[in-house]
Amino acid sequence: MTSQVTPYAIGTALQRLDGRSKVTGTAPYAFERVVDNATYLHPVQATIALGQITAIDTAEAEALDGVITILTHVNAPRLASTEDRELAVLQTDRVSFRGQLIGAVIADTPETARQAAGLVRISYAQWPHEAELSSERSDLYTPEAVNPSFPADTDEGDVDTAMSAAPVTLDTTYTTPLEYNNPMEPHTTVALWNDHELTLYDSTQGAHTVRTTVAPVIGLDPERIHVSAPHVGGGFGSKGIPHAHIVLAALAARTVEGRPVKFALTRQQMFSLAGHRTPTIQRVRLAADTDGRLSALAHDVVEWTSKVKEFAEQTAVPSRNVYAAPNRRTSHRLAALDVPVPSWMRAPGECPGMFGPEVAVDEMALKCGIDPVEFRARNEPDVDPETGKPFSSRHLVECLREGADRFGWHHRDPTPASRTERGWLVGTGVASSIYPTLRAVSTATIRVEAADHYRVDIGATDIGTGTWTALTQIAADALEVPVGHVDLRIGETAQPEASVAGGSTGNATWGTAIVEAARALQDTHGRPPEIGAEASGTTPNNPETERFAMFAHGAQFAEVRVHADTGEIRVPRMLGVFAAGRIINPRTAHSQFIGGMTMGLSMALHEVGVLDTRFGHVVNHDFAEYHIPTNADVGDIDATWIDEDDPYVNPMGAKGIGEIGIVGAAAAIANAAHHATGIRLRELPITPDALLR
Amino acid sequence: MKPFDYQRATDTDTAVATVSRNPNARYLGGGTNLVDHMKLGVSSPELLVDVSRLSSDTVETLPDGGVRVGAAVRNSDLAAEPIIRQRYPVLAHALLAGASGQLRNLATTGGNLLQRTRCVYFQDVTTPCNKREPGTGCSALDGYTRYHAVLGSSEHCVATHPSDMAVALTALDAVVHTQGPSGPRSIPVADLHRLPGDEPDRDTVLEHGELITAVDLPALPMAARSNYRKVRDRASYAFALVSVAAAVDIAGDTIRDVRIAFGGLAHKPWRATLAENALRGAPATEATFRTAADAELAEARPLSDNEFKIPMARNTLTSVLRDLTQQEGS
Ligand SMILES: Cc1cc2nc3c(=O)[nH]c(=O)nc-3n(C[C@H](O)[C@H](O)[C@H](O)COP(=O)(O)OP(=O)(O)OC[C@H]3O[C@@H](n4cnc5c(N)ncnc54)[C@H](O)[C@@H]3O)c2cc1C
Ligand code: SF4
Repeated sequence: MTSQVTPYAIGTALQRLDGRSKVTGTAPYAFERVVDNATYLHPVQATIALGQITAIDTAEAEALDGVITILTHVNAPRLASTEDRELAVLQTDRVSFRGQLIGAVIADTPETARQAAGLVRISYAQWPHEAELSSERSDLYTPEAVNPSFPADTDEGDVDTAMSAAPVTLDTTYTTPLEYNNPMEPHTTVALWNDHELTLYDSTQGAHTVRTTVAPVIGLDPERIHVSAPHVGGGFGSKGIPHAHIVLAALAARTVEGRPVKFALTRQQMFSLAGHRTPTIQRVRLAADTDGRLSALAHDVVEWTSKVKEFAEQTAVPSRNVYAAPNRRTSHRLAALDVPVPSWMRAPGECPGMFGPEVAVDEMALKCGIDPVEFRARNEPDVDPETGKPFSSRHLVECLREGADRFGWHHRDPTPASRTERGWLVGTGVASSIYPTLRAVSTATIRVEAADHYRVDIGATDIGTGTWTALTQIAADALEVPVGHVDLRIGETAQPEASVAGGSTGNATWGTAIVEAARALQDTHGRPPEIGAEASGTTPNNPETERFAMFAHGAQFAEVRVHADTGEIRVPRMLGVFAAGRIINPRTAHSQFIGGMTMGLSMALHEVGVLDTRFGHVVNHDFAEYHIPTNADVGDIDATWIDEDDPYVNPMGAKGIGEIGIVGAAAAIANAAHHATGIRLRELPITPDALLR
Repeated sequence: MKPFDYQRATDTDTAVATVSRNPNARYLGGGTNLVDHMKLGVSSPELLVDVSRLSSDTVETLPDGGVRVGAAVRNSDLAAEPIIRQRYPVLAHALLAGASGQLRNLATTGGNLLQRTRCVYFQDVTTPCNKREPGTGCSALDGYTRYHAVLGSSEHCVATHPSDMAVALTALDAVVHTQGPSGPRSIPVADLHRLPGDEPDRDTVLEHGELITAVDLPALPMAARSNYRKVRDRASYAFALVSVAAAVDIAGDTIRDVRIAFGGLAHKPWRATLAENALRGAPATEATFRTAADAELAEARPLSDNEFKIPMARNTLTSVLRDLTQQEGS
């Protein structure tokens, strides 16, 4: 057991400490940083998907008043390392995907930079490219591991034999499309190079991650790179690792040494430069007895990566831990294509990977004539199916049952297409959620400035999640002082090194470091510690992970209406019930959950990047054409949680909640759409044409 | 984006003369379409002549019972106008189904009519497009065509016209008044937009420099019983997959007269005369509605991504007619 912090501030609905500065517009975001003598960068992007640059004509662009310099592979400073090929900008004449950064105009105003970028003439030798994903491709390969380091394939028991022996079986294929993170704040960087020191005001999920990733690429000692990101307007994974634009800004800053370079990606540019979620093709096989007990579960995934750099989404991984099926098989096959580099997007793996299987389970429940909530309960494992370890805590069935009660599930007539209200077919659906409880390593420092002033420093980030507030609550309880005595500082490399805001690890990792620092302070300096006392703490390894499997769980319920004439689909109601350990702040947690569920609604009904394989780029690359929900699409979305006591995960007893809200939401909606119409939808997004009758 | 000059027009004649003599001059209404195009490089005018404060921004009743809408009337204002809401609900609904509140506050009646297609290739200067650069080819033909035309297209262009307002105006037999280099003229809205043919770069029959000054709605008593339905990929703030503007005059169970236009199906708002003919004098039944829709859609030719538009248009028209004919007072 991990010694637990006694909750006092933890668990209270403290308002966001940064709320006022945000709504009054005074919280500084990267691009708004006031700097003297700024220059502006506008990139030049490749308009072919594969080939070689044969000529560059910058004469017309250079002739424009206000253009300072134009960088291309011909004149750009050499990088110290080109090992990470995504980050190796302007180092060769090779074009590896459409939209790749192949040049940069630096000018006195953003308008001039943009105009000049349009005047740079590039000639290419174009080679035939490959941008089409299909499970029929002959060049699919098995990656060495899937993100971050799971085995690509697992095989337990004998799925084939179980499939042929079982009275009820299912073998179907589901797809999820190319999706984009699209945080509200675009990726922006302000870079200043001065005397072998690089300062970056960056919109990132991890200041230290930027420093440690960029340092070897540009060949600077990490200590000479200073990154500042106190406020970030969302990331959803796309700002988790630095992308090529940061290196381009650094190269530009080095070229105009002494003058800051401001660079904000346009929304369109984000569709080729800021990562995306691979499309997935998921074959799911299930075998069960007539009581609905699964004897086999197989999940075989085909997805893409880019030839530039491999990113293997761990789509089939959740199928290793959710249900008790003695025979299990999972696999991942990749097509390496001439497309931009995929990356993390909210709940990589779990989010797409709980779509196929959770719709399959609904189909199976129907085949067995068993209520889908009950079907899931019957397949609840005693221990983690993958490792055989007990769960540190698991309340999936409790979430399902609590949700069913609150949602009014019990009045439901299971017959599809049995309810119509004023021309709309009505149905409800359910799905499970799961997300691993992980943690990374960070360090925090606490210094007693005065009897009522504890300064807490840690290079953590708040990407809109509530870190400023939640870490203050944790620090207050760890120090046993009121929240008003805590002076938290985050978002800078000047602070002790902290891990990225990703993998739902933030609070667990940073909070544990703060608790360690508070305990060190009390151990060495007593209670209360004297003014001027200082101590540091680092997140230790958690020995309990040897004994326990650790996950957060949830149940998602959705009501769907489909217009009988036009196929238009609406989701008036969603409810999520989660079990995620102790909730640090119910206000910010509720926002995280419903935000995740809203993004799940978006995935279910709206999001699809349309890649035109002839050109190799996403043609609907703006918010008029790449849809996310409007207010009118978002009905009554509510989330609640059950009290879950887990003394094994960390001293706060808290599991990460940033991602689980999106997991399973799309499946619940697809299942509800089936219940409403009798039409089984195995392909996302679900649009009116698929529901036309 | 290229640097450009800006002038605010003070009188119609000067504005028309200024734009007419400069092939690279454009009128500026609310700018919600033109300025986007300038940022994207789709359009690079040298001179913008702002007419958003020039032509009338009022809605007046005409002696013959019709209504005149000034070209500068903002979409939000027009939708809120009591006369429009009572006598031409189809127009108010169409306006409110378009864009977003913020955009409608800026968008003008003239600018809305002349907004250009949302074809993704038209808006992306890195891909060939006959409409943007004649002779370069049509990228949509073998590309992404979910929002493209099924009626009246050509091998040169399969784009749709995106305006909702224009669909309602077409159904209402509205007339556009213009002032051009060769004087004033009146054009029925139904004849304002062109089919693409082999000149897809020309959206409308207007000449360069021809200014829209007003739009007249005829006194059309049956328009009081009218509606606009827009089927789209999200509940708001999305262009139509298919839309229907319709007005009916019903006597007992018989359709005495009817006006129908489709949006989302063609390079122009599509006046459904074949469907109207099938409906006039026919009983108001589900079967009649479907037959009428099928008559209009018989010539439809879908592209790879938009076959659904044909049943969707049929169902939506049926749905609208059912609702209109079953309204109170029928
Ligand atoms: C994200 C987004 C979503 C949208 N969704 C919808 C939608 O769902 N439905 C819909 O119908 N529309 C939609 N729109 C389009 C919107 O309705 C148009 O942009 C708007 O109506 C254009 O009006 P404006 O006054 O701003 O035109 P401007 O952009 O100022 O001008 C458009 C064109 O008209 C010309 N022009 C302007 N006034 C005159 C005049 N008096 N005489 C002659 N020429 C003139 C200009 O030179 C220009 O070529 C959307 C737009 C955006 C950006
Ligand atoms: S459909 Fe028309 S607008 Fe679209 S690419 Fe073809 S020619 Fe251009």
